[in-house]
Amino acid sequence: MGRAPARPIRTVMKRILLLLILLAASALPAHAQDAFVSALSGLGGNFNAQAEATARLGSLGDARALPALRALSEGRLLRTADGTLLIREGSGLVDAATGAPVAAPDPEPQRISINNRVRAALRGALGQLQILSTDPAERLAAAEAVFRTRSADNIPLLETALGRETVPRIKDQLALALAASRLVSPDRAAKLAGIAALGEGSSAEARSLLLEARAANADLTEQIDGAIASIDRRLAVRRVAETAFQGLSLGSVLLLAALGLAVTFGVMGVINMAHGEFVMLGAYTTVIVQDLLRDVPALQPWSLPLAVPAAFLVTAAAGALMERGLIRHLYGRPLETLLMTFGVGMMIQQAVRLIFGAQNREVISPPWMQGTLLLPFDIPVTANRLWILCFSLVVFGLIVAAIRFTRFGLEMRAVTQRRPIAAAMGIRTGRVDALTFAFGSGIAGIAGVALSQIDNVSPNLGTGYIIDSFLVVVFGGVGSLAGTLIAAFGLGVINKMLEPWAGAVLAKVFVLVAVMIFIQRRPRGLFPQKGRAAEA
Amino acid sequence: MSATTLEPGVSRARLGLRAAMIAAVAILAAFPILNQLPQDSVFHVSDFLVSVSGKWICYAILALSLDLAWGYAGILSLGHGAFFALGGYCMGMHLMRLIGPRGVYGHPVLPDFMVFLGYQELPWYWLGFNHFAFAMLMVLLVPGFLALVLGWLCFRSRITGVYLSIITQAMTYALMLAFFRNDMGFGGNNGFTDFKELLGMPLNTGTARAALFYASLVTLVAAYLLCRWMTGTKYGRVLTAIRDAENRVRFLGYDTTSHKLFAFVVSAMLAGLAGALYVPQVGIINPGEFSPGNSIEAVIWVAVGGRGTLVGAALGAFSVNGLKTWLTSAAPDLWLFVLGALFVAVTLFLPKGLIGLMQGRGK
Repeated sequence: MGRAPARPIRTVMKRILLLLILLAASALPAHAQDAFVSALSGLGGNFNAQAEATARLGSLGDARALPALRALSEGRLLRTADGTLLIREGSGLVDAATGAPVAAPDPEPQRISINNRVRAALRGALGQLQILSTDPAERLAAAEAVFRTRSADNIPLLETALGRETVPRIKDQLALALAASRLVSPDRAAKLAGIAALGEGSSAEARSLLLEARAANADLTEQIDGAIASIDRRLAVRRVAETAFQGLSLGSVLLLAALGLAVTFGVMGVINMAHGEFVMLGAYTTVIVQDLLRDVPALQPWSLPLAVPAAFLVTAAAGALMERGLIRHLYGRPLETLLMTFGVGMMIQQAVRLIFGAQNREVISPPWMQGTLLLPFDIPVTANRLWILCFSLVVFGLIVAAIRFTRFGLEMRAVTQRRPIAAAMGIRTGRVDALTFAFGSGIAGIAGVALSQIDNVSPNLGTGYIIDSFLVVVFGGVGSLAGTLIAAFGLGVINKMLEPWAGAVLAKVFVLVAVMIFIQRRPRGLFPQKGRAAEA
Repeated sequence: MSATTLEPGVSRARLGLRAAMIAAVAILAAFPILNQLPQDSVFHVSDFLVSVSGKWICYAILALSLDLAWGYAGILSLGHGAFFALGGYCMGMHLMRLIGPRGVYGHPVLPDFMVFLGYQELPWYWLGFNHFAFAMLMVLLVPGFLALVLGWLCFRSRITGVYLSIITQAMTYALMLAFFRNDMGFGGNNGFTDFKELLGMPLNTGTARAALFYASLVTLVAAYLLCRWMTGTKYGRVLTAIRDAENRVRFLGYDTTSHKLFAFVVSAMLAGLAGALYVPQVGIINPGEFSPGNSIEAVIWVAVGGRGTLVGAALGAFSVNGLKTWLTSAAPDLWLFVLGALFVAVTLFLPKGLIGLMQGRGK
């Protein structure tokens, strides 16, 4: 197509003449028909002829060659005794040149076989042809195929395709393919342009391409090294950003799991080992809400947002019941409270196992929580992780606001700071205790809704979080909500930073040990409470 | 805390208790002998009962060790299962070395899992475990050393109560995660199994069962006497005082840190010994033994029996595990409810445990 400058002007003139003559006779450009038909017939020849014909069909850029090339690669191209090429389409046969259906000839047409060389040529040619397809998915696949079978011959084709392309992702892939093709062109200027273009990118593919080219082009080492260094810089930034996001994401999970505990343990000083089970109850509430809304299609996308208040109410009720019925009798005896709540957790877990079964329950993610987003620096981020990160911050903000600005929060602080004085002021301390514990438990339930999106909803969902949650609360400083926030995100990021060289399990062990040692150095955590509360 | 004082006051309840203890040990000691009786005899004790009570004896030693730490020093360890498992792993390493070339792969030195994972030679920390005496020393030293380091760090920074409990729980959790890894060189999640012999005695025979049973029973009695002696000395009195009011004891000039540390280390060593006796009897050790649930279950044995009474700990281990063995076959779904309810009932209604109940009656 775009080879005009390299072609002798005579040929072009001849073609124009031919075109003018045959234009009336045919709906198609006659020269193309000729070239197409003659190239097509080559597919019926020996392997050498097949490979040449395939390459020609590819560079002709005629979409009519696509069915024949596909048929050849899939073993559906047949040759009759007189040399006509037919394509098997389901049970019928069509002519490879015209696409018109034909009756089965006698004798039986033969299947045309190919070898690896032809197969490689086919991949390239199919890529070249599909790159101009109207289907974006096909174009993207073609761009990737051309990138792999890179050759300087594709440069004009890619330039045309790039000029037309509107979809950013395909555009990027085309640019990469173009740069890769330029890299192997004999022209030094094109090579330099290719190196520069690859250096702009930030993919590991581009990097390995450049490394490959470095061995072949001793004269361009300096430019290639520069390009590799710039890719490395960008890759390093991306790695750091990726780790940071993963760490923040893990931190948000820790924060959600620990926030309820920060209220019940941190503010009230009640140690609740059934906290994990409240989280699990929240996750199961999500499952129930989703099942209830199964018959109401209009509300289905809202099942998750609706599960949040539902989970809060369910677990808050469970918490209030537990506080009034059991925990209140053990105030001032933390070790007994610990054992008792552990027993309650065990019973809740077993009850859920008997009612819902021990296997995992499926929670459907709403459409807006599915898929992957690309943040700046090309960091791939799953939508649900991003939502949970935002959600954890919102929950945190609401808790801080509730404690600081509401009447209930004021009474809660009064009771925890100095119970007898608060009682003397007319605050019903028993009621505040119950409400505070219910509040903390309800937050655990909300955490369960979020965790149902990323973890298996099973009866032992909560056990995995309880130790981490306690460590986060203690690390951050008991009674300090801001400390909990910083501890959760800090531990999350540190954990993810350690993972690449220590492995996931060992990283977790390191973090556990580090926190244990830290607590020993500073028993009151990162942000110790000051004043009277610290003496208790 | 009158229940915990060890005055030789001749109350009728105390005498009765002592008689009951001796009777219980005597009955237990008769088990392997009664096992030899013909099957149809009324007094015949089944193989199952012998092996399961052998396990319970090990649990009772663990409960004793925990009672020493919790009941007398006020250290509620939620990680005693880790000391138990470490002792078990040391014994397991010895048993693995004794398999020698009889493994599936027939390697003269390396255990099967190491051949499977492509080890070329024995890791350095496996050296010496082919000697029984060395392995026994490690059974005591490894848990003891861990307790020493952890205890020193914690007690020195005056970490007490719930914080200490959570740290010990995190410790056993971290160890569990670590032992699940294949590259640790401890068999990953499969742990050690397929043991062949111990001290030249093939395992899985009646003789071996009886021998291990008696070894455990002797250890239990010895451990009880050791703990009773320890808690009866002046050192024990100071320990009890630390449990009840640590600051006052410190202000009186006692070094509370080293008092607690000593009790904690002895306790960890006893737990390790229990684990070492347990492993050849059950024939397997894997990282599941480190799970925090196991440790907290041991705490409930002590609580059920009666904290700070020593006898109560052993009694609790036998009664809770007896209940568990019976219920997990009779009504498996119910067991966790019952265990959970035990936690609640004991803390709310029975703070002195079964022993407290008996003594309350006796007075």
